[in-house]
Amino acid sequence: MNDQQLWLIPALPLAGFLINGLFGKKFPNILVSIIAVASVLGSFAWVLKTLGALGDLEHAHVEHYLTWIQSGPVNIGVDLAVDRLTAVMLLVVTGIGSLIHIYAVGYMSHEGGYYRFFAYLNLFMFFMLTLVMGANFLLLFVGWEGVGLCSYLLIGFYILKKSAGDAAKKAFVVNRVGDFGFSLAMFLIMVQFGSLDFQKVFEAVKPLPVDQTPGILTAIALLLFVGAAGKSAQVPLYVWLPDAMEGPTPVSALIHAATMVTAGVYMTARAAVIFQHSPLAMDVVATVGLITAVMAATIGLTQYDIKKVFAYSTVSQLGYMFIACGVGAFSAGIYHVVTHAFFKALLFLGAGSVIHALSGEQDLRHMGGLAKKIPITFAVLACAWVAIAGVPPFAGFFSKDEILLAAHHHAPWMYWVGVITAGMTAFYVSRAMFMCFFGSYRGHHHPHESPFVMWGPLAVLAVLSLAGGWYFKVPHYLEPVFPVAEGHHDETLVYISVAAGVIGIGLAALMYLIKPGLPDTISGALGPIYKLVYNKYFVDEVYDATIVNPMVAGSRGVLWRIFDAGIIDGIVNGTAVVARTVGGGLRLLQSGNIRSYAAWVTLGCVVVLLALGVMSGGVK
Amino acid sequence: MSDNFMPSAVEIMRFMPEIILILVGTIIMVFEPLVDVKRKSALGFVALLGLVGAASATFRAMDNPGPAFQAMLMVDGFANFFRLLVIGVGILTIVASFAYLKREHAESGEYFALILFSIAGQGVMVTANELIMLFIGLEISSIASYVLAGYLRDDKRNNEAALKYFLLGSFATAFLLYGVAWIYGATGTTNLTEIRRVLTNRDLAPAIGLVGTSAALIFVGLAFKVSAAPFQVWAPDVYQGAPAPVSAFLSAGPKAAAFAIFLRVFFTAFEPIADKWQPVIWVSALATMIIGNFAALLQTNIKRLLAYSSIAHAGYVMVAIATHSQIGAAAVMFYMVAYAFMNIGAFAVVTHFSRQGERYVDTDDLAGLGVRQPVTAALLSIFLLSLIGVPLTGGFFGKFYIFKAALDANLVWLTVLGLLNSAVAAYYYLRIIVVMYFREPGESTVDLQPLSPGVLAVLWGSAVATLILGIYPSIVLDFAGKSAALVK
Repeated sequence: MNDQQLWLIPALPLAGFLINGLFGKKFPNILVSIIAVASVLGSFAWVLKTLGALGDLEHAHVEHYLTWIQSGPVNIGVDLAVDRLTAVMLLVVTGIGSLIHIYAVGYMSHEGGYYRFFAYLNLFMFFMLTLVMGANFLLLFVGWEGVGLCSYLLIGFYILKKSAGDAAKKAFVVNRVGDFGFSLAMFLIMVQFGSLDFQKVFEAVKPLPVDQTPGILTAIALLLFVGAAGKSAQVPLYVWLPDAMEGPTPVSALIHAATMVTAGVYMTARAAVIFQHSPLAMDVVATVGLITAVMAATIGLTQYDIKKVFAYSTVSQLGYMFIACGVGAFSAGIYHVVTHAFFKALLFLGAGSVIHALSGEQDLRHMGGLAKKIPITFAVLACAWVAIAGVPPFAGFFSKDEILLAAHHHAPWMYWVGVITAGMTAFYVSRAMFMCFFGSYRGHHHPHESPFVMWGPLAVLAVLSLAGGWYFKVPHYLEPVFPVAEGHHDETLVYISVAAGVIGIGLAALMYLIKPGLPDTISGALGPIYKLVYNKYFVDEVYDATIVNPMVAGSRGVLWRIFDAGIIDGIVNGTAVVARTVGGGLRLLQSGNIRSYAAWVTLGCVVVLLALGVMSGGVK
Repeated sequence: MSDNFMPSAVEIMRFMPEIILILVGTIIMVFEPLVDVKRKSALGFVALLGLVGAASATFRAMDNPGPAFQAMLMVDGFANFFRLLVIGVGILTIVASFAYLKREHAESGEYFALILFSIAGQGVMVTANELIMLFIGLEISSIASYVLAGYLRDDKRNNEAALKYFLLGSFATAFLLYGVAWIYGATGTTNLTEIRRVLTNRDLAPAIGLVGTSAALIFVGLAFKVSAAPFQVWAPDVYQGAPAPVSAFLSAGPKAAAFAIFLRVFFTAFEPIADKWQPVIWVSALATMIIGNFAALLQTNIKRLLAYSSIAHAGYVMVAIATHSQIGAAAVMFYMVAYAFMNIGAFAVVTHFSRQGERYVDTDDLAGLGVRQPVTAALLSIFLLSLIGVPLTGGFFGKFYIFKAALDANLVWLTVLGLLNSAVAAYYYLRIIVVMYFREPGESTVDLQPLSPGVLAVLWGSAVATLILGIYPSIVLDFAGKSAALVK
């Protein structure tokens, strides 16, 4: 097929990163913003141009650039590919990415390290685009690690804040667990199929009969899912995502809501062929997704930090996406990736606008009555609210509906748990909205509306949150990639899930508008359960007690005092003494006296002559 | 009959790079007195032009490989690979030297001309298919190098370096020449392919002791040039005493050419007695690595440290030669490229940092460079990490290919000992990084000038090349692999 210069898509943000990263310090902020935003917008434009030129994309369009690693039978190229799945991801990443870059120009205007922020953000775009465009597992992994690095750098962006540094470290360490799984999966794929190319591997897997697939495919699928669970914050590796909100809000929106955290879903969908060959792995994916969705939603019910609420909401919604993958409805999962990107980016950016208006206040208890003070922010957030609550015909309704129907088709109980979770989702978002915008103002700051550069992107996202689900029929578009499983459309199930959303909103209204004393009464009545949920099931504490502390204690007590200080240092110091003695001895040879050097040369010559000339039979 | 001695146009084209270098060098010498003292650096640009011309002539020669001048030269892919390498080294050296020469008030045309002559000699070395040509090339290259080592006539250290280099170098060359005489006596020819033919022919093959002796003598001469043990003693004194840019040049250019002829002589002419010389190289490789790395541990003078490091790296390359395999040869070629970039880069920082008269050459003088000149420190760190062999640098893949070739050749013990050696080496390179970043800046960094454009260009170019080789090694390795098939 004709050459589309796909490389330009990731290369533009990379160029932005290089320019801003190397010289940005000396640039005025306005120039930094222009470079950063233009590079991402250019990338978006090139995506549109490419997709236009490629037409209907029934088959993947692959471009080969370099042979990267060639060693014996191993042949890994720098190949970029676009198929319909990648096309959807590209549009989301560059489209939403552009909006968030524009927003960040306003949001970050008062922050130090302006150029550094945009350089990292551009670098993130480069890696994210590599991730979705890579035509083999290794290139995907390069992007995967790269976005992890950028996530780390941006969570810890406020370098002077200890909590930010800790959160960054936590994200990094937890993600290593997932990456370890991913690497093992790659090794197995390499050993089993002799290639990491998507096309080659999947073609080799496809003809295998599903019911008697060798266990190795299950192992590969499960290890891949370990990777996905790390990146997409699934139980038990979700703990880093809520803490990641220490980063600036545009980062939370772009990386920790709209794009990077969905990489795990993308990877699972990309490797759908492998997963479909392992019913066991599929069940694990669905179950983990379900547990995550419920657990995170319950925690979301009780939090007071506006960003934390949305963070747990993200974890919960990611759980939804994995339910979809686990029940075989990969296109529904990607559909939810798209709609979720719209409304969750909007929620975060809206929350950022609120925080910006209140000069850094994040606690819902110190908000209230802001609807009149910052009406534009309220209006756009309301759009996200109805979208996530599953109110038809807005974005979240369509994708959630698809997922729940597929879940029902797979196992009705999953549907019911999903519906309850949907009710909780509607409740906690409504709760946040009511506490923030209704009632009377409980804070001390003087709220001010955000500038146009911030609410402009919000307005676009608001439109997408309202109409995006109806307008973009993602599952239909993805049919060539994921054939739609047959299944009848049961109207009753749809009504039930919508009702759950409405009940959630109603309950929240009852508790936070009509009878403001009610929440305290309920939490008082529930006592220990409320405490358990409020404290996030003490998962962090359990991890601290079972993994972190023993590890630290073990490292201190055994590894450091005994092993490191005693044995290693002993060996090292001993070796150093030996090495220095040897070195000192060698130094004696080096007298600086040329006659002794000549003597050495002669001596060496005699030795070599003996070795080669005489020993080889000269003196026979 | 006499017609046969007239070289054809094709043959002259194959020799064109050396012709250009000698011509441009001569032109520089002729015009040198006519150029105003303040404008001497213009001659450097002339030299650069000459090098670029020689490089493009090499590319031309690549299209049409083959023998030249009664097969005295063999212009094959192998030769052109090394030609390009030494020309590249020359370009980097000259660009890095402008600031140095200006600083030392020693700008003159000879400096540039000598570098061109030395490179022309190296070009003859790498194309030589015949022991006498090889000797002539070696001498052309060496004599220019001796003079370069003592370039600053009034500097005692330069004088000492040059004298030592010259005396010991001549001494070693004598061994080489003696070996050539022996092999001629034994086989009646000095042509490498012919020697090989005689040695493999049962009826013609001379006594093995005769051949072994000549191989030993030639080994001594070549081992001296690549500073392999036990003939490495000259290297620390010379590298320390010579001007820093010249040390950079010596460690990359002449050494690469010497390794090229090492490969050609031992993989072609002495290939039939490989089982005899392989153990000798095995021992020499190990001894070279150990002496280089362990002696470097104690060095406080950074030039001397880099000299020992250069010995250690010669040891790694000897490991690849000991494999006696084509992938071993390709590994040598890749390594020399990677080493040229990282070492010239490191020496360029030393050149910059040492200031006039090379006052600051102690490792401790670098204290706080990370604060005072973060870019310089970061670039030096890249070179040092590459010298250690950390992944994502050319040094990593260089070592990787060498030790992989060694394992493929079943040299398990040599591989293990080599890897242990490179672990030892990490210490003295990392120590420099520690000093740069974790020590408070001392008085040595107070009057540090910003990097001059030439040094900056060399540093960035070398750093980028080091990283590219570390991320995408195929770019050179493919070329090396194709060229490693020596003429037999």
